[in-house]
Amino acid sequence: MSFVDQFDQLPLGELASYAEKATAADVEAALARSGSTRVRLAPNRRSGLEDCAALVSPAAAQPQYLEAMARRAHELTVRHFGRVIRLFAPLYLSNECINICKYCGFSRDNPILRVTLTVEQVVAEARFLREQGFRHILLVAGEHPHFVSGNYLRDCAARLHPEWPSISLEVGPMEADEYVPIVQAGAEGLVVYQETYDRTVYAAMHASGPKKNFDWRLETPERAYAAGFKRLGIGALLGLAPWRNEAIALAAHLEYLLKKCWTAQVTVSVPRLRPAAGEFQPLVDMSDRDLVQFVCALRLTFPEVGIVLSTRESAKLRDGLVPLGVTMMSAGSHTEPGGYTGQGTKELHLTKGGHLVKPPLPLVESEGEHATVQFEIADNRTPPEVASRLEAMGYDPVWKDWDAVLNER
Amino acid sequence: MTDKPQRLRIADREFNSRLIMGTGKFSSGAAMAAALEASGAELVTVALRRADLSGGKDKFANILQFVDPKKHVLLPNTSGARTAEEACRLARLGREATNCSWLKLEIHPDPRYLLPDPVETLKAAETLVKEGFTVLPYINADPVLAKRLEDVGCATVMPLGSPIGSARGIETRASIEIIIKQATVPVVVDAGLGAPSHAAEAMEMGADAVLVNTAIAVATDPVRMAVAFKAAVEAGRAAFEIGLAPKRREAEATSPLTGFLDDR
Repeated sequence: MSFVDQFDQLPLGELASYAEKATAADVEAALARSGSTRVRLAPNRRSGLEDCAALVSPAAAQPQYLEAMARRAHELTVRHFGRVIRLFAPLYLSNECINICKYCGFSRDNPILRVTLTVEQVVAEARFLREQGFRHILLVAGEHPHFVSGNYLRDCAARLHPEWPSISLEVGPMEADEYVPIVQAGAEGLVVYQETYDRTVYAAMHASGPKKNFDWRLETPERAYAAGFKRLGIGALLGLAPWRNEAIALAAHLEYLLKKCWTAQVTVSVPRLRPAAGEFQPLVDMSDRDLVQFVCALRLTFPEVGIVLSTRESAKLRDGLVPLGVTMMSAGSHTEPGGYTGQGTKELHLTKGGHLVKPPLPLVESEGEHATVQFEIADNRTPPEVASRLEAMGYDPVWKDWDAVLNER
Repeated sequence: MTDKPQRLRIADREFNSRLIMGTGKFSSGAAMAAALEASGAELVTVALRRADLSGGKDKFANILQFVDPKKHVLLPNTSGARTAEEACRLARLGREATNCSWLKLEIHPDPRYLLPDPVETLKAAETLVKEGFTVLPYINADPVLAKRLEDVGCATVMPLGSPIGSARGIETRASIEIIIKQATVPVVVDAGLGAPSHAAEAMEMGADAVLVNTAIAVATDPVRMAVAFKAAVEAGRAAFEIGLAPKRREAEATSPLTGFLDDR
């Protein structure tokens, strides 16, 4: 039995309407229980997710409750994680993709400059990040079984393993047995966002390609765990479906993974949609205030779960979110292959609808000599600037918090 | 009876301080160093996974530089290891990098509560003792496991008072009492001590030492909190050495009701 079976039995509609109708008393009760709530997944209304629903409710968005949630979130975060933020950097391997996803800059139908870095080019990009201080790296790629194959990912992990204490992947979902060689080569984390937990919206957003299969994606963290990955990252892309509903579904997914994949470090990301090629506009609004409530509610529901914040958000908002529950941050990120050192610029090619276009046509989104970004980042500070800011805020920026010797098999 | 404090003896070393400090969760290396100094702790544990184990001096993994070897004895730990095999690998690499064969053995497959795995811990302890490590294992408060670890040659046992970082104090009291009663090696109460009174309680019970980290690291003023724990550990130990008055269910009348029997 996978999470899909549980997910389909969850009373998500009832919980969403519970959130909509939550009263001040519900919020106060959930706040009082926060940090010790026992979330239980059961196919009935008393599913234990009600406290989470109350914390993401419009009632809890009242300034006095949001402030109370923020204080409690801060207290719980400091107690469990200390005054420490772990830093990591994404390294984009490829922006080739066979999926058509309406919100993504890499979508197959976007006429953009694409490239897949060679393993040597990946090593060069990684070396740059290492010099900046990073010891935790996230390898990101579009879904393309030909260019971004299991063997390619295995080779990347094997080459980086000697220099990188922690290697995670964010790539197209695979079978468990396809993951095994990549884990054996030294990768320890797998990140896969469900994008949206709303089946209808999911179907509308994913027009073509293997990503259309909602269930296959939803079961990915479990397959990754079976293959030996030790860190599992999940999240919803905020801006596709009402965030309160996403929060409740995400909480259910987290709880399931914490129980089922009990030796894995489960983390949750809170990515909000950013401008990208294709000019997709968010389907639903999510304000900064909403994002703060979302992060606090996650922390209050799961005091021990790591929360990841990327450079999708502005410096000001990121600084503000640090004390409220964030435990891992990226810094100085580029979201295109070759973005750090210009690797792969000679191999750039323009594709539209998955086919090479010659001669180059006017680009919708051109980055000149660079591959096209997946999305625009909003925090442009350099890694040292982010680290100094964390120090000034009373947090220790931790670059190395793992050791490769723990990943050997 | 003794009129001066007894020193803590672990393996072949003696210590004046019975407070062992952890080094995680501090807001900076400098804040940590200041708290270590104020605590008077001699033994200081550091997560090997945060250090540079390559033999280089990586400025981005420099936690060891904040532990002054003139003031503190380093106790590397295997936090992050989920199996005996991982712990042993990390321990060996750590010994090469730090030149220190003392080891706080921590194996917690469950990253949510960081509870120690008894099976893997016993397995790793057996291997590492044979390889010449001085092993101080972190365990749940399980008296039988404590004896088994003693039997394979561990230098101490370190039962938890309550889950790491929980600040709930000694919730495993009944088991820790048995561990202390039966132990032939020092018993260090580790994890969950959220207040100086918790540390004093452990010492009054007869624990040989306590290990404190979160309560000091996340305090608004870690230096003063370190001083508070130091005082509590000393007070609790002194009370244990002197001997506390036994607890009674009823008040004891100063003029006993049967006193007339002794009248002559």
